[in-house]
Amino acid sequence: MFDFVRVYLNFKIAASDGICGALAPISPDLFVNACPRFFDGFFVTLELLLLSSVLGFLIAVAVVLARVSSSRFLSIPAHAYIYVFRGTPLLVQLWVLYYGLGSMGAEGLGPLWPFFKEGWWVGLLTLTLNTAAYVAEILRGGIQNLPHGQIEAAEACGMTWSQRMRRIIFPQAIRIAWPAYGNEVILLMKASALVSTITVMDLMGQTRTIFSRSYDLSIFLYGAALYLVLAGLLTLGLRLVEARMTIPSFTQPKSPR
Amino acid sequence: MFKKLVTVALVATIAAASAGSAIAQPMQIRIATEGAYPPFNQKDAAGNLVGFDIDIANALCAEMKAECTVVAQDWDGIIPGLVANKYDAIIASMSITPERQQSVGFTEPYYSNYLHVMAKKGSGIAGADDLAGKSVGAERSTVASQWAEDNLGRSADVKLYDTQTAAYSDLDAGRIDAMVSDIYPAYDWLQTHDGFEFIGDNIDIADKIGIAVRKDDNELREALNGALKTIRDNGTYATINAKYFPFDIY
Repeated sequence: MFDFVRVYLNFKIAASDGICGALAPISPDLFVNACPRFFDGFFVTLELLLLSSVLGFLIAVAVVLARVSSSRFLSIPAHAYIYVFRGTPLLVQLWVLYYGLGSMGAEGLGPLWPFFKEGWWVGLLTLTLNTAAYVAEILRGGIQNLPHGQIEAAEACGMTWSQRMRRIIFPQAIRIAWPAYGNEVILLMKASALVSTITVMDLMGQTRTIFSRSYDLSIFLYGAALYLVLAGLLTLGLRLVEARMTIPSFTQPKSPR
Repeated sequence: MFKKLVTVALVATIAAASAGSAIAQPMQIRIATEGAYPPFNQKDAAGNLVGFDIDIANALCAEMKAECTVVAQDWDGIIPGLVANKYDAIIASMSITPERQQSVGFTEPYYSNYLHVMAKKGSGIAGADDLAGKSVGAERSTVASQWAEDNLGRSADVKLYDTQTAAYSDLDAGRIDAMVSDIYPAYDWLQTHDGFEFIGDNIDIADKIGIAVRKDDNELREALNGALKTIRDNGTYATINAKYFPFDIY
């Protein structure tokens, strides 16, 4: 684990140095000076995004199972969770969790305080909970789109609930939901810029800090360009997964014989 | 002779008309402030902008016999808004810095600022040197944040906030161990927060506060400079100063 962290940290430094060094001869001074800070922020955004999408996805699976469950004890809380997190602005959620809960301080939050003390952790928590609500709805669309006959057939074969989920429902639902899920990841990337309001030095936070020293508006263009690069990388990753998952006869219309 | 008379009459009419319009149309000045920087500029319970900056703005406008409107504008966008002609002047406790002078022009200073570190009483922090390894807050886009980043950035965890109030709230909650701030708003905050105190000495960063105007707007800049000198000389400034601080901040 520590090896992985060390390799990643070295990779970050090498990537930042390498790219900034390579861009230096062809960039204006403004960008050259700010470049390491931009890449610091770039990686913070990337880390928050990857962690919150993975954790958010796991929570979303649990939430959607509860949401489509026939038990009201499961479906009503899941419904409420989705309603609250989709129905309030992410900025409000961030501020409630950071400034609101944070104002209780070490006495009020006890053992949770080290977690809530750091803007980065609160940002990760909020992004995760927020995206989980959206992804749960996306997955629900995938699940409820399946022909009911398949589930009846699986039941008739004697499959248990978990077997049906693992073998029949989820593999298909995830394929149906994937393009919409990719959309949500991109939206999450852009929404993550809001964590800069709770002291996180993500790409937006760094961009604003660099701007506050130079008052040169082109700083925001560089920031935007880096978001575009990130969006490009994400789109590529999502496409690769999609290509791997695709079963030709499942998603494409059969060619005439 | 007749021609001459007509000319005289015409000149007189034009002169009268232009004099008349000068009286009918006083100078219109749109002023921006932040509204989140007590006691210099903040909103009262009714949502009105109040504070030292607003009082100075009103005194200057009265002196120039100008019609002024004061609007609130977020700090990050306050200079771009001036450049984009959304308003004509910024009276928002803005430090005169070379970076800002690239984009805007400044009047003569209307007060001087120092930085100061604040921390909880009994925190064991005795001065800026004790801040290594601590988390230190400051408002982004201020000289305080630049000083913190330049002087503490390597040794301490510097956290930047969008507003001064957000930084106070995290200092209060114990999320940050200390805060670097302009001295006067910190002085004001400490009046109502017993558990906190100033640490060490004034940090003199040769920081002068001026009114920002568009770079090419010399007319307004000179008018403001003139009015500033007048209110300094006639005691209006001292009266406003005394309303907020028991010491001279000029």
